[in-house]
Amino acid sequence: MSAVENEGGRGSARAVALASFIGRFLVIAITTYLGLLAVTFFIGRVIPIDPVLAVLGDRAPANVVERTRREMGLDLPLVEQFYIYVKSALSGDFGTSVLTTNPVMTDIRRALPATTELATLGTLIGALFGVPLGVLAAVKRGSLIDQIVRIIGLIGYSVPIFWLGLLALVLFYAKLQWVAFPARLDVVYEYTFTPITGFYLLDSAMQGQWDVFYDAFRHIILPASLLGYFSLAYISRMTRSFMLNELTQEYIVAARAKGLSETRIIWGHALRNAAVPMVTVIALSYAGLLEGSVLTETVFSWPGIGLYITNSLQNADMNAVLGGTIVIGSVFIGINLLSDLLYRVLDPRTKTG
Amino acid sequence: MSGGPNQQRSMSALLDVDDLRVTFPTRSGLIEAVRGVSFSLGRERLGIVGESGSGKSQTGRAIMGLTPPQARISANKLAFDGIDLLAVSPRERRALRGKRIAMILQDPKYSLDPVMSIGRQIVETLRTHEKVGKAEARDRALAMLEAVQIRDPARVFDLHPHEVSGGMGQRAMIAMMLIAGPEMMIADEPTSALDVTVQLDVLGILDRLVSERGMGLIFISHDLRLVSSFCDRVIVMYAGKVVEQLKASELGRAQHPYTRGLLNCMPRIGFERHPLPVLDRKPEWAA
Amino acid sequence: MSAETIQSRRDWLLSERPASRMQARLGRAYVAWRRFSANRLAFLGLLIIIALLVVAALAGVLAPYSPTFGDLKGSRLLAPGAEHWFGTDDLGRDILSRILYGSRWTLYVVILVAIIAAPIGLLVGTVAGYAGGWTDAILMRITDIFLAFPKLILALAFVAALGPGIENAVLAIAITSWPPYARIARAETLTVRNSDYIKAVQLMGASPFRIVLRHIMPLCISSLIIRVTLDMAGIILTAAGLGFLGLGAQPPLPEWGTMIASGRRFVLDQWWVAGAPGFAILIVSLGFNLLGDGLRDALDPRSGDQ
Repeated sequence: MSAVENEGGRGSARAVALASFIGRFLVIAITTYLGLLAVTFFIGRVIPIDPVLAVLGDRAPANVVERTRREMGLDLPLVEQFYIYVKSALSGDFGTSVLTTNPVMTDIRRALPATTELATLGTLIGALFGVPLGVLAAVKRGSLIDQIVRIIGLIGYSVPIFWLGLLALVLFYAKLQWVAFPARLDVVYEYTFTPITGFYLLDSAMQGQWDVFYDAFRHIILPASLLGYFSLAYISRMTRSFMLNELTQEYIVAARAKGLSETRIIWGHALRNAAVPMVTVIALSYAGLLEGSVLTETVFSWPGIGLYITNSLQNADMNAVLGGTIVIGSVFIGINLLSDLLYRVLDPRTKTG
Repeated sequence: MSGGPNQQRSMSALLDVDDLRVTFPTRSGLIEAVRGVSFSLGRERLGIVGESGSGKSQTGRAIMGLTPPQARISANKLAFDGIDLLAVSPRERRALRGKRIAMILQDPKYSLDPVMSIGRQIVETLRTHEKVGKAEARDRALAMLEAVQIRDPARVFDLHPHEVSGGMGQRAMIAMMLIAGPEMMIADEPTSALDVTVQLDVLGILDRLVSERGMGLIFISHDLRLVSSFCDRVIVMYAGKVVEQLKASELGRAQHPYTRGLLNCMPRIGFERHPLPVLDRKPEWAA
Repeated sequence: MSAETIQSRRDWLLSERPASRMQARLGRAYVAWRRFSANRLAFLGLLIIIALLVVAALAGVLAPYSPTFGDLKGSRLLAPGAEHWFGTDDLGRDILSRILYGSRWTLYVVILVAIIAAPIGLLVGTVAGYAGGWTDAILMRITDIFLAFPKLILALAFVAALGPGIENAVLAIAITSWPPYARIARAETLTVRNSDYIKAVQLMGASPFRIVLRHIMPLCISSLIIRVTLDMAGIILTAAGLGFLGLGAQPPLPEWGTMIASGRRFVLDQWWVAGAPGFAILIVSLGFNLLGDGLRDALDPRSGDQ
């Protein structure tokens, strides 16, 4: 059927398709978030034999226990407890951290930029090297380069990130002294530098404090490269398989028949077509790095959410653990959902309206 | 067009093919897709007919230099306008493609880049081969779209391939391949993927442009009747070999039993035939 | 055995017209094996896994020292040498011996996770696929919700609530790793659900329970096994990560992740204490990844040479 001749009918069909897509998207988003809250609720309120004991310890006097039980709403039916839980979680109230005595949300707000900065730089590194490596492996399929890219990827899938981080510290910090000790910034700058956005590289550059920028860079580069390597392993493997698929398509033959150079065909046509699923892959890898930050931040004493969660774990601070879990989980789910949406927006074949 | 095949061979034809062979190495040995094909082409319309697997498409791709990298190609002679295609560098070969030799593929749904607008794909061919400014390239692409009888070129220019019908996609394909003014065109089943109603439109456009510009055309198809009504000369291929070569007007006098078999397969109005004839395939024809 | 009998056996296996079901089955297995063993990396993976099994079985014989008791006086934090190939840790224990014994805990974790998570996934997937309708919609929504969660973080939170320990780590990993199996089982179920032989069994009056258990589940097993093998490396890495954070196996268990955690304090000076167990994790995960890739290529003809 000719698309050009039949615009009107298609327009309304498109609107219906768009509406049903948005409807489905909302159902998925809402149920997934509710699911996340249900699981954390289950972990926090149902698994511990007595959540009050978890908060107060087992030596609290009976009247205190009773009062706390009522304050925590534990005398209410489970469904009602869950309703209250969802309401407070949605308003960003995760209770107070026993360890820092701050509201959990305050702590998280402070830690989130550190994690985001690290994961963003990691994904940038991963995409910057992973995409060209994947393209190269696909174009020179079966060659030495292809084998090397494959092995780099396989090791990335198999190596424990915390262990690689420790060894990297031994080599680049202790032995070669190329990078700074595990922290986010030298203590000297902790007091002279006032962050704006919380992304230190960006803030220091904006304020023209290049010594701070250099110091921040020396601190972030090792953990970011490490996360970048994991992202690279995933991105290069996916790029290779997408590119192999595109290179067998007929439009590649047509592009050659037009007399285009191989460079132009690979980067201008094949990769442009692979770019649509690639965006999804890069988004997923970003979400994966947010999760991987738990282990990396612990190794590199990076004051992000990952470190916050593990510190709280070691002190049985469940409010903080679950708050951190919900925040990382929400971002993770959000990126997952967005990448789905992005796929639709970017692919002209599914373009609506 | 004027002159028979013999005459054209002598007066330096556009394309000269002598003993062309295309071989694919596989795990179970060599597979010969094209086994010694010879013909020459002037500024005329030559049809190559055969069943799928007869090697007709591989012949076309070998001339274009578009066979997969593992394929081996050999020939006593494979020359375009006096240029030995097997001796020139890949770079020179590429400069010929699109500029002097072009190719139309079967299905515009797959052969046009889905994420690039039609206009940009046409402009891309032009600017690969000629140094022209953006505005001029656009004007020429629009003119080319008009030449393939697209009514609203300015709008189609900005559309993506999935937004147009098959017939319009194939016209865009023709525009994309003709814009740099090639002297020879290989059309590989250019209408087989189209609706019957638009097949003739597209063929008419192709025919007119080829004759107006005095191009040589190799028309590859499985449809003997279509080829005979459209071309000056017909080559019949079977199992990688040319079994017969003759003028389209003299098709009725075909000698080879395979050609006769192909002709007999065509249904004609007013003749009811039972049982339907079965195409004969004798191993000695392939020998 | 002469070359001729080998040749004739190969012909028998590769026969186009097998005379019995057994011959057909063996022939198929032989073809899959040839494809698999032609893939050198996959073969290497298989060797690594076999080595892991052998080491785990014979750890008591192979280990030169005790994994739990060391010489606190004379041999603390020794560098790798002739006496102690991989050196010793802060309690004077031989690291090689601890790694050899640690293989048992690695196997313990992957096997336990597999036998908990795979059946859950199989059950959810086959029931959803066979029942269809609302059951399918609800079960798959739950599966997708779990699929969308960050696995490691969720496992962390579970262990935090359950309390640290290797059993709880296994449970937490299993809870977060069943959803992909459910998806696979459902996809397989959907392809056979409407086939004639299932209809025939239905006509014979078999209960849905029996159909799912006896006729559908067995068909899902092979694709499930490939997926579980591919997931093994991820399970090992998650377990090691939990151990590293102090949430998995507790000292003095020679679990590799826990060993890295206790070696972390001296890593700048005595890097081998944390280095050796991490290397063991890398090798074993690599083995599972290579094996999984090879199995997938050998058993799935579509992915042939990709």
